Amino acid sequence: MIKRDECLKSLASRIAEEEIVVAAYTTAFEWIAIRPSPLNFISSGAMGLTSSHALGFALAWPDRRIILLDGDGSLLMNLGCLVTNANTAPKNLVHFVFENGTYEANGGHPIPGRDSVDFSGMAHSAGYKNCHEISDIKNFEESLGSVLQAEGPTFVTLKCETGENYPQDYRYMHSAKIREEFAEAVKNF
Amino acid sequence: MSDNLTGSLIIKAVKESGIKTVLTVPDKTTAEGLLRPISADADLRQVSTCKEDETIGISAALSYSGHRSLILIQYTGLLYSMNAIRAVAVDYQSPICLMVGLLGKEPGVFPTQSKRNGVRIIEPILDVMGIAHHVIETDDDIEKITPAINNAYETSSPVAMLIGRPPLAS
Repeated sequence: MIKRDECLKSLASRIAEEEIVVAAYTTAFEWIAIRPSPLNFISSGAMGLTSSHALGFALAWPDRRIILLDGDGSLLMNLGCLVTNANTAPKNLVHFVFENGTYEANGGHPIPGRDSVDFSGMAHSAGYKNCHEISDIKNFEESLGSVLQAEGPTFVTLKCETGENYPQDYRYMHSAKIREEFAEAVKNF
Repeated sequence: MSDNLTGSLIIKAVKESGIKTVLTVPDKTTAEGLLRPISADADLRQVSTCKEDETIGISAALSYSGHRSLILIQYTGLLYSMNAIRAVAVDYQSPICLMVGLLGKEPGVFPTQSKRNGVRIIEPILDVMGIAHHVIETDDDIEKITPAINNAYETSSPVAMLIGRPPLAS
């Protein structure tokens, strides 16, 4: 099992400053603490849409890699996105799913299908070009280079558990400011 | 006053507003007169989605690049997508342009007076949500489309264009 924040720190050290990262809920709070950047797009308000936002960015900027930090509960709320994303086939989309088996942002209750759902298998069946499942940090760090370089769409399930605690400022997450900063940062893309 | 609604004229108006991408879930009202020609139009990119709320996220994300998109769905899909529309389009003030087929609306009858409950409640719901809306029922209404889309992008706000009858396929 991977500590999620360890995984995010490793990822942050391997991507460029100008990369767009789309993140959802608890993972987003950890990500913006680990890698503060106006190019972090925080998807909130409609759980499940993180993957659809990421597809929109991937279509908007086909020459830029779009990194999606999804949750298992979030993905379950929009499973059809696997087929939509695979059918649209953006080469620049890397879709990570942090699987901790819970609706963490909503009290930590278990997701349906916990311990039996195979997210990478579903992504593979949907048509994602590359699919992986990783459950330890060493394997993640060894695989990350090839995962990020591969022509997408790429899907990676990360079997994870919570690491350290990070601030959860929901007011900031929902604020216009965070979206205005993102809009300003991508203005010249 | 025309009693026709011509699909090609709607598509022309959509293009004149700078729309480059159309995000779709098929709707029986618009399937032949709009979706089929749009899917074959080399100037428009059609993205088929599995469920209507996906289109809200995709369209909002595209707008950050200045790329204009149209969402073509049925009123049932609009109802399904209400939370996504509430959050992304209304609360977060995104230029979401919805073209919505009113399946089963009786020709010449105001949507609010339709015998179909699902059709009848659409405009009141849009009013409560503060979403601008226009009924596109005849060719005379098509002139509303380009200004409606332009206004949505200029003011970063959603708009719904309600297709009141099946557009003719030519």
